[in-house]
Amino acid sequence: MIKKFFARGWVFLVLAFIYIPIFILIVYSFNNGKTIGVWEQFSFKWYGKLGEIKDVVLNTVLLAVISATIATILGTLGAIGLYYSKGKFGKVVNGASQIPVVNSEVVTACALVMLFMIIGAEHRSLFGLYVGHIVLTAPFVVLSVIPKLKQMDSSLYEAALDLGATPTQALFKVVLPEILPGVFTGFMLAVTLSLDDYIITATLAPLGYDTISTAVYKAIALTTEKASEQVPIYRALTTVIFIITLSVVVISNVRAQKIAKRKGVK
Amino acid sequence: MANEKKEKIIELIGIKREFEDGTVAVDNVDLYVRKGEFITFLGPSGCGKTTTLRMIAGFDKPTEGKILLNGEDISNLPPNMRPINTVFQRYALFPHLNVYDNIAFGLKLKKQKVTYQDENGNEIVKIEKLSKGEIAQKVEKALKMVDLEGFEKRSVATLSGGQQQRVAIARAIVNEPKILLLDEPLGALDLKMRKDMQLELKEMHRKLGITFIYVTHDQEEALTMSDTIVVMKDGVIQQIGTPTDIYNEPKNSFVADFIGESNIFSGTMVGDKKVRFIGYNFDCVDEFEKNEKVDVVVRPEDIFLMDADKGQVKGKIISSIFKGVHYEMVMLVGKTEVVIQDTVERKVGEEVSIIIKPNDIHIMSKEFTSNKYLGYITKKNTVVFGDGEFECDVTQLYPNSFLDDEGYLITAEGEKIDLTDVDVNVEVGLKDIEISDDQEKGGAIGNIISIIYKGDHYQLIVRTDENEEDYVFDTEYTWNVNDRVSIIIPKEKIKLTLKQEIKK
Repeated sequence: MIKKFFARGWVFLVLAFIYIPIFILIVYSFNNGKTIGVWEQFSFKWYGKLGEIKDVVLNTVLLAVISATIATILGTLGAIGLYYSKGKFGKVVNGASQIPVVNSEVVTACALVMLFMIIGAEHRSLFGLYVGHIVLTAPFVVLSVIPKLKQMDSSLYEAALDLGATPTQALFKVVLPEILPGVFTGFMLAVTLSLDDYIITATLAPLGYDTISTAVYKAIALTTEKASEQVPIYRALTTVIFIITLSVVVISNVRAQKIAKRKGVK
Repeated sequence: MANEKKEKIIELIGIKREFEDGTVAVDNVDLYVRKGEFITFLGPSGCGKTTTLRMIAGFDKPTEGKILLNGEDISNLPPNMRPINTVFQRYALFPHLNVYDNIAFGLKLKKQKVTYQDENGNEIVKIEKLSKGEIAQKVEKALKMVDLEGFEKRSVATLSGGQQQRVAIARAIVNEPKILLLDEPLGALDLKMRKDMQLELKEMHRKLGITFIYVTHDQEEALTMSDTIVVMKDGVIQQIGTPTDIYNEPKNSFVADFIGESNIFSGTMVGDKKVRFIGYNFDCVDEFEKNEKVDVVVRPEDIFLMDADKGQVKGKIISSIFKGVHYEMVMLVGKTEVVIQDTVERKVGEEVSIIIKPNDIHIMSKEFTSNKYLGYITKKNTVVFGDGEFECDVTQLYPNSFLDDEGYLITAEGEKIDLTDVDVNVEVGLKDIEISDDQEKGGAIGNIISIIYKGDHYQLIVRTDENEEDYVFDTEYTWNVNDRVSIIIPKEKIKLTLKQEIKK
């Protein structure tokens, strides 16, 4: 009985550490004042000001979706290529493609800066920023697609050829549908990584171009008067993001359960 | 057979497939398949049968040689351009498509030439895809063929193994291929279902009239279904023939052993259509040179069991196992085991005799490269074999071993072994035997029974009296048949290996 009590207590403690800070943030996003810890009055004031940071949000979402899409295409093709490449060359390329995953982001960012300087391009540019995010996320797409390829019955591709498909048709009609869950996971992973990213964005983004992460940092570091004004708005934004994430998780879980139930009936 | 008149649909000429790591999967395969034939590639795993099939399908390319389809070289044609379809080992159905879409997959990709007439009566040839109606009709027909009507909308994941197998067959035949390749298609099914499917496939082959090329390691399946069987081993064709030919007239001991159960004895031709094995001169129907060393194959069901003294060879039953329809018994004749199948059981220990009819004795020439005997080591560390006793080097039985002063063998690990009465395999090369008129000089004594001139030397056979052991060897000197000689083998030329590990 006591053992059970402590076990439950421990779980509760862990969850508390995760969720209480978020909860505090959400509560104070409805506070009329600016400072956390000093409750003034319930208000939607900061939600009303969300429009002030709409550019930042748009920048972030566009960057995430576009770079993740490109990274998913490149990563998927790369994974297929890697999976079918044989011999020593295949092994070397396979290993090399996984290094960016474990590599520190700072190294990637600095390396890209140097690359742009060597080829004589402006190292802070929108193009560079997108390239940076694709370089960051594509290896994760490869990583999530490869297991699906390994799971796939290798004779499926041959069966498609056998039935008259050209290699390209076989790829789109048979291989791609088979690995689609992996591709989707890879895409979501890429979006998440890009949304969160600070280091590469801070290093490569054009001056004055902010995503949520760089903007939040600037606001907290109180680099400018305007930035400090915006801190409570980010509390409101955090709340919105949290609610969106929560609903996505809940909806997908409910759907998964429904599908499981339907399969169970059969 | 009717097939003999028909043209060759596919021909393999000097096909070799060597993989990147240097292993040769298929070597020097020459083969043709006639139109409408049911041909089976049979062999143990790793014999190259699947690789051969993959080359016909186009998934693998031969390193050497050509593949002709209706006389045209297709060696470099990709699989999607070949009028050949495959039923894969693990079915390879597309999991994201339902039964209908799986079967229609090939049809939807197919393009055909359609001829129209315009207002002026000119013919216009257009390349068009099949219409939805045509596809639906063909799919329906294919489903009917495999007894799966009404399964169109089912997901392939919900089908049983046997049903998946049928869908895989339907998916292949719906394209009306010239050749259907089947790669161990029944391997994953249980015995009962396999038997049913064998008959169904055979029936399907009859109805469709297309050429079937079938790959299996199951000899019974091959015998049941095929018009022609190609037996393969280590990438090389061993024999091509009808099931009856292959079963009754196996070309070598491998084929005999692989196809059905068989007794394989080493024998010697002793006269015109007479062969000697298990100590008796049997009449046979095959003609070979006198004194030629041969492999003799006798099927267990072709041996007749009699009471002792009534048959040709006497022996003793040493084991008997009930196998459902028959008993499988082993009779010991001297040191040789003879496997016999009979519906009447003889008890273990019973003295019996056997009769083998000339027609049931299948003789194959033997590649003779060395003399092989069973022997044992004596107290004096000599070896007894072939009715004689010879000096030998027993330390070769254990690497880095040596003999101590008392004659015990000391192994590299320092263990002391008494080799007395240990059974050994003895091998003596054809060039390592000498003979002498001096009967005291050698280890065994016998008469020369055969002298064959082989260009620059003679090949002699000396046979001993007691157990009729033969010594075959090459010599440059002239001798006469029936000379009584002794056999001399230098100590270092006697190769010994342990018959089994000795308990220490």
